[in-house]
Amino acid sequence: MGQYIFRLPDIGEGVAEAEIVVWHVKVGDRIEEDQSLVDVMTDKATVDMTSPVAGIVTAIHGDIGAMLPVGSPLVELDVEGYVGDTSAASTPTQPAPNPKPDPAPVAAPTPKATPAVATTPKVAPAKTAAAPAFATRPAGDAPLASPATRRRAHELGISLQYVPGSGPAGRITDDDLDTYIASGGSIGTSSATTAPKTTVTDTRIIGLRRKIAEKMQDSKRRIPHFTYVEECDLTELEALRQDLNANRSSDQPKLTLLPFFMRALVRILPEFPHVNSRYDDDAGVLHSFDGVHIGIATQTPSGLIVPLVRHAETLDLWDCARELARVSQAARDGTASRDELTGSTITLTSLGALGGISATPVINHPEVAIIGPNKLVDRPIVQGPYVTIRKMMNLSSSFDHRIVDGYDAAQFIQRLKRMIEHPALIFMN
Amino acid sequence: MAQDKKVTQTKAKVLIIGGGPGGYVAAEKCGQLGLDTILVEADRLGGTCLTRGCIPSKALIHAASRFEAITAAATTGQFGITVDAKPKLNFMETVDWKDGIVGKLESGVAGLMKRAKVRVINGWATFSDAKTCSIETAEGTVVVSAEHVILANGSQPVELPFLPFGGIVISSTEALSLPDIPKRLVIVGAGYIGLELGIAFRKLGSEVTIVEAQDRILPLYDSALVTPVRRWLDRHDVTLHLGVKARGLGVDGRSLEIETTNHETITLAADRILVTVGRKPVTDGWGLENMALTMDGRFIKVDDRCATSSRNVWAIGDLVGEPMLAHKASAQAAIVAEIIAGKKRRFDPVAIPAVCFTEPEIVSVGLSPDDAKAAGIPATTQSFPFQANGRALTMAAGDDGGFVRVVSREDGRIIGIQAVGQHVSELSGEFAHAMEMGSVLADVAGTIHVHPTLSEAFHEAALKSMPHG
Repeated sequence: MGQYIFRLPDIGEGVAEAEIVVWHVKVGDRIEEDQSLVDVMTDKATVDMTSPVAGIVTAIHGDIGAMLPVGSPLVELDVEGYVGDTSAASTPTQPAPNPKPDPAPVAAPTPKATPAVATTPKVAPAKTAAAPAFATRPAGDAPLASPATRRRAHELGISLQYVPGSGPAGRITDDDLDTYIASGGSIGTSSATTAPKTTVTDTRIIGLRRKIAEKMQDSKRRIPHFTYVEECDLTELEALRQDLNANRSSDQPKLTLLPFFMRALVRILPEFPHVNSRYDDDAGVLHSFDGVHIGIATQTPSGLIVPLVRHAETLDLWDCARELARVSQAARDGTASRDELTGSTITLTSLGALGGISATPVINHPEVAIIGPNKLVDRPIVQGPYVTIRKMMNLSSSFDHRIVDGYDAAQFIQRLKRMIEHPALIFMN
Repeated sequence: MAQDKKVTQTKAKVLIIGGGPGGYVAAEKCGQLGLDTILVEADRLGGTCLTRGCIPSKALIHAASRFEAITAAATTGQFGITVDAKPKLNFMETVDWKDGIVGKLESGVAGLMKRAKVRVINGWATFSDAKTCSIETAEGTVVVSAEHVILANGSQPVELPFLPFGGIVISSTEALSLPDIPKRLVIVGAGYIGLELGIAFRKLGSEVTIVEAQDRILPLYDSALVTPVRRWLDRHDVTLHLGVKARGLGVDGRSLEIETTNHETITLAADRILVTVGRKPVTDGWGLENMALTMDGRFIKVDDRCATSSRNVWAIGDLVGEPMLAHKASAQAAIVAEIIAGKKRRFDPVAIPAVCFTEPEIVSVGLSPDDAKAAGIPATTQSFPFQANGRALTMAAGDDGGFVRVVSREDGRIIGIQAVGQHVSELSGEFAHAMEMGSVLADVAGTIHVHPTLSEAFHEAALKSMPHG
């Protein structure tokens, strides 16, 4: 009979200690190989420790709830025909590192703790008893390694306390560290290569950005927004637009969809005078305009600016396109005059290809309506018994609900939808 | 007053207080790592080390040794060299030369700051909270708020309440800029600062008396290391009063009264009384109390990353504990800068080497034999005397009882290295390197050391420690 000491093996994944949860054996029990001894819990999983040998339990170490470092004696067994370990009590300075029998990683399979799956750490008894190939450290002794190796281990989150050192006096080399990592030994939880970025950059909100912030805040604070989204079939309009572009003369600008929207607005706004308005809410007066001054939301290098096309009712389609291009370019260049930046009565905001499915446009206070065409896409549409591909665009819009009722807003958008779905209406007198 | 002074507000990623070897190294490193950095120094860049500590004292010690050697040649002759006339010392010129070195190094630090794009603010910083301080400068008040604060305020000489600085009572700062050589210099405190300066002034011609409350000089070093220094003091007529208490100035104002263990009072005539009873961290007068930091006795408590109890407030150097040494501060500075830059670092030296620039010099790295014994580590201690070292003999450095001593464990691991002897300060690098690399005796024994050099004594001591065969 020989005394075999079962030690808490390296359960891997940076686990340095484990808590005893349940004892399955008691002193005096005769146990078989692979029989459960004890359940231990790490911060990652509960692991069932099974005995690598058969024998009689002569001592168990640790009460339930006790935290034991890796390498601590768990169970002492009397094993038939086994010659080796002395009692755990007589070797108090036994090193904390797991008794890896051989520095070669293949020879020492490290059991991986997997949640919910009990694993069976195998520790070959005969080898455990053999003198380790590396020198051991007395308990509490600082590990021996060069500053460069210490720094590397620290960066990797590895405690050198558990790394076997192959050098003289147990010195840990860079190779030892590599071997330890390769053998499943426990890289720390924190990622080695990416340190957390803690920089916070403060930018003072000044100039145009502050103006934008104030305007948006003012609009949202004052105006109860009512947002309405409708789907429009622009197949005909697109066909017309492409034809016009293909056949335009040299002095005619290339047409986007916006000039058509501008013209459509010009046609329907007389029916909805309160939509083409500026609401002086401090004075409690709504100024409704006969002329149509369309704000064009424009992205400039320094931020959002809304120049306007004045008296769109006087402009034809081509002029609308020219004027649109001119004022938005002036805004981008920073050359737009005050006159070109104030006085709009309704605003168009389009992100073009970035238009998305829908948006909740913020009204350009003190206007009461804003129209935001979304992205034009080919979509399958049911027409009678068939599904056909149509050029579809959603139309997002917001209204000042203090002035424009939901019903009126819907009516307005439905009129606009009819116009752009049947572009001939735009040009009919 | 507040109305007519200009107040400017500014921000920084890193705010560093103190331009000594902790602060300026931290600032340089932070700057190099691309962090927006402000360094605040109320006095001159370089701090205690550069302007009133390590550097000026070493200049003075060197000049004193040269003067002593030439004086010896003029009186008894040495190496066949005789000088006909006795050398003259113009101490003002010595001080000017020393100040020139300090000035050169100081502007060197300023250049480093410029290259690292560190904003240096000359003024006194007072913290209103852990991340905000106002700095009184010549141009007005600058209020700095920073994301990170590195405290490197350093230390100052301890004053004795019954012997306050002023008049003939001076600290090490004044001792380095005296207008003349005091004829009779009485030193209170036989630590390394008192002994370094006392020995230098003895070489320059002062009559030196050293008063120490403990019964030995250099209480931090073991007697074997101290004996050669003690022997030099005896040979050079330095009077020692050990185990006595300084009582205060004598009634004539030009003497020190001391009380012996037998309760006798002795009056020591003095032109200057140099008080070197230690240094204390500078923890008053800059708003530390507003920062809510946890203290560790008189020091600021930090962890192994030099982090204080307040997030993103770091402290380094003399503020955070012993040993109060420039090179410790600089090492901590580099680590903190890298941590702020997002790297994972900690301050984990195996040993912090320490040197006494006494006559002869003392180096200590790691554990002494007594330390090992106290820690319960079975250790082997072996010394090799410079008397048997060729290079030491050729420099007349073999007859003062110097040696190199190696303390090693049973497995050969070197746990301590000490030396005493002329010029041994330059061996400190090899000693510290051996310790940091985790050397065993065989590593040192297997390293070829140049012959003839003093370093051979280290090699020999390691060989002696190894089991034969």
